[in-house]
Amino acid sequence: MMLITLSKDSIAITREQDVVPLRNRVKEVAVKIGMGLVNQTKLITAASELVRNMLRYAGTGTVLIEVVSRGRETGVRLTFSDKGPGIADISLAMQDGYSTGKSLGLGLPGTRRLVNDFSIQSAVGQGTTVTILKWKNG
Amino acid sequence: MDKIPILRMGAFLLVTIQVDLYDRLALNLETDLVNMVHKTGARGVLIDISAVSIVDSFMGRILGNIASMTRVLDAETVVVGMQPAVAITLIELGLSLSGVYTALDVERGMALLQTKLGSDDELTDDDADYTE
Repeated sequence: MMLITLSKDSIAITREQDVVPLRNRVKEVAVKIGMGLVNQTKLITAASELVRNMLRYAGTGTVLIEVVSRGRETGVRLTFSDKGPGIADISLAMQDGYSTGKSLGLGLPGTRRLVNDFSIQSAVGQGTTVTILKWKNG
Repeated sequence: MDKIPILRMGAFLLVTIQVDLYDRLALNLETDLVNMVHKTGARGVLIDISAVSIVDSFMGRILGNIASMTRVLDAETVVVGMQPAVAITLIELGLSLSGVYTALDVERGMALLQTKLGSDDELTDDDADYTE
């Protein structure tokens, strides 16, 4: 079935403090479609992990927030795009406990567990795009 | 610059996180708490996160760090008031906060710290006996 975008909104991320308004905006959208508290928390936590990665490795980027629907289902889709260094080995980066930075390495694999759809595209030297989708009742 | 207040209550330090944390603020709290434990000789730290709606891996790591850092300064840290949705999310994310004491609310957290303090005192008494 086709995925239809019902609304979209883009937020620029340039510094650490931008994380808080982003989380608030995501929450607003999730509340508006009637997403439950646990799913909201999972979605916002996932967003927080990804935006942190973006700030750490790329410095800046943008987040696209969309309300999408497929059939009777409604959800929130977030797309994190940066023009950072990119990820050389995506399958390695998706392993639990792997990190090139000083983190616990839970970011990407942990984030994937919190959402319904997760996709990542990256090219070394060009940047990374991560898309996550959380259904309202997912 | 925002700052999270640290209150002193007898032998304990009390922190209530009422704002959404960004990284710098969390790191400052870590440093401030460790300094306060050193300065006041506090035996316990109670961190109330009941108003916190999101704990991601970074924030989880900070809580773990605070617990380890205060422990080497002879003070125990208890994290209290975690919302159910936050607990569910943390475990699915892969963070179990091992090494951090937790309690359901401030009252139980205080009781836990009191017990820790009590058993610690007994321990030091025992040690003293042995060295004599």
